[in-house]
Amino acid sequence: MLRLVWGILFTSFCLYTGWVYLYCDEEAKTTENIHPAVTEGWNLWQQNNCQSCHQLYGLGGYMGPDLTNIARDSTKGKPYMYTFIKHGTGRMPAFNMTDDEVYRIIDFLEWVDKSGVSQVPAEAVHWSGTYIIDK
Amino acid sequence: MPLHIRLYTKFVFLLLLATLVFGLFSSWAYLYPEVFNKYLPFYQLRPMHTSAALFFIISAATLCIIIFHKNTIGRDATTGIFEKTFITTWVATILVIFIYYSFKKFGGREYWEFPAWLALPLLLSWVLLMIGYYKGWLKCADKKPLYIWMWSTGILFFFITFIEQNLWQISWFRQSFLRELTVQWKANGSMVGAWNQMIYGSSLFLMVMISGDKTIALNKKAFFFYFLGLTNLMFNWGHHIYNLPAHGAIRHISYIISMTEWLIFISIIQSFKNKLEEARKLRHLLPYKFLVASEFWVFANLTLALFMSIPAVNRYTHGTHITVAHAMGTTIGINTMILLGVLGYALDIDKKINTGRKLFTRSYNLAQASLLIFWLSLILAGIIKGYRSVTLNINSFQQMMEPVNNVLKLFAVAGAGVAIGLGIIVVQYWQSMSDSNSNVKDVK
Ligand code: HEC
Ligand code: HEM
Repeated sequence: MLRLVWGILFTSFCLYTGWVYLYCDEEAKTTENIHPAVTEGWNLWQQNNCQSCHQLYGLGGYMGPDLTNIARDSTKGKPYMYTFIKHGTGRMPAFNMTDDEVYRIIDFLEWVDKSGVSQVPAEAVHWSGTYIIDK
Repeated sequence: MPLHIRLYTKFVFLLLLATLVFGLFSSWAYLYPEVFNKYLPFYQLRPMHTSAALFFIISAATLCIIIFHKNTIGRDATTGIFEKTFITTWVATILVIFIYYSFKKFGGREYWEFPAWLALPLLLSWVLLMIGYYKGWLKCADKKPLYIWMWSTGILFFFITFIEQNLWQISWFRQSFLRELTVQWKANGSMVGAWNQMIYGSSLFLMVMISGDKTIALNKKAFFFYFLGLTNLMFNWGHHIYNLPAHGAIRHISYIISMTEWLIFISIIQSFKNKLEEARKLRHLLPYKFLVASEFWVFANLTLALFMSIPAVNRYTHGTHITVAHAMGTTIGINTMILLGVLGYALDIDKKINTGRKLFTRSYNLAQASLLIFWLSLILAGIIKGYRSVTLNINSFQQMMEPVNNVLKLFAVAGAGVAIGLGIIVVQYWQSMSDSNSNVKDVK
């Protein structure tokens, strides 16, 4: 009996895992192969550990702001991002990056921005407590 | 206690001390970056702290299983060889990881921020652990008590989730940001469930040993809660990514499954009276104190988690220090407490700490009281940030964070209390090992 319950749960877990990999991002089927510049920026993001202070979709460290949608903020823009990343601030350290590397990170952040909005709008909250997010 | 296990125990204690020291430094580097940025910036200290914490928890969980192995599922001539090679490769890789960190060489994902290739030796050593463990497990034909189920589940799921956690290295997973993030947090969420299985298993084993009552690891209710835990491990990782515009079903499934945890909540309240009685009988035992503490922290963190699991509430708590309260509340309050209890039992500290008993009790009380302030201040910091960013919609980050950072000063002070309290206890454990014979009695 115990083995049966375990087996059923484990099988469901495997099926769910496969489903999640394939269908969690419904539109992924139509996305073209990700641009190498983005991948490079993503790797730089990890190598410089930006995630220890910044969040993407609220996930990461909490010393700095969430950067998921900084690319669509019309008051900021590329030169603004460039200045922060290249020179740092009092609180954010400067990373010795070449201009090229800084722009790859910006490419990555622009790509992240296209995937959706981090802050869930109040209208998306369903009466049952869950969200219904329109893309 | 064989030499390799003694050395591994000392390594585990060093990891805990490192966690405390790096945690303390991180809290200062957060508050005063002007001072720290040049030599020990937050982005270096945070991974050192979180990796030390995770490696401490996972190493200590495996250590407890290795120690209790011989009394529960038996060993053969090769068990020792697998254990030793596991310990050697595991410890060596962790040391290399910290060398990389000290040179600011990163490359991995959250909590596992080391260059990605180092995941390979970690995985390899885990496989060795698995072979050694499951060989004994296969031979043990009789009805297995629940703690053996839990250890076996934990070891297996750590293996699965560790691989999953590294899938980002395959480019297909990186073609969609939503997919990559979903898989990453699916793995992270379930991995916490995996080490909880290992640790709760050892805590159950400890209860069997000190109460002498074998039925608590065999009864139906205990198995019911094991399966409930397993279901949550498998399907309740979605609360990390409620705000992600991924497939809605992930959100709904996680929300529904997480609400089954109310059953645990109710059961804790129901058994409260029995617990008090048990506590009256056993409270003179030092390791038992840690189990009492862990039960308080299970209750506190479960209450918090139940609210955070409602997406409408999560909208305010996600991305704030409430997440940190949840993370450290559980890893310190539950995992570390249980591990200190179980290791204290294995080291027979009740007999070894004689003259130091008063100091032990004081340190224990200091750690618990500080942890409560530490936890509450993180929650308060999170509430303020949630209110200011979601409700007031304050745009300037500096302005929004100002009152939050003031609360975090209290957090840093309380953190020092946690570090001193736990630090003294670890040093006492260490000293007690100088003339140690392990205390593991037979259960069969
Ligand atoms: C030690 C923590 C830390 C690290 C590491 C860090 N940042 Fe920052 N960052 C901050 C803080 C704090 C701010 C907010 C500005 C301030 O308070 O000075 C910020 C601001 C920014 C901003 C401007 C955000 C806005 O909305 O105004 C960008 C862009 C940025 N960081 C990018 C990065 C990138 C890219 C990396 C990795 C190469 C990185 N940061 C690493 C702490 C950090
Ligand atoms: C056994 C003890 C400890 C364990 C197991 C532990 C574990 C953790 C974990 C898992 C995180 C990641 C949290 C997240 O990402 O949400 C974290 C973050 C952190 N911890 Fe600890 N911790 C311990 C002790 C301490 C102490 C004593 C301090 C001192 C004040 C401290 C300060 C911090 C800080 C500043 C962060 C970063 C939070 C941020 O990003 O802003 N920790 N810890």
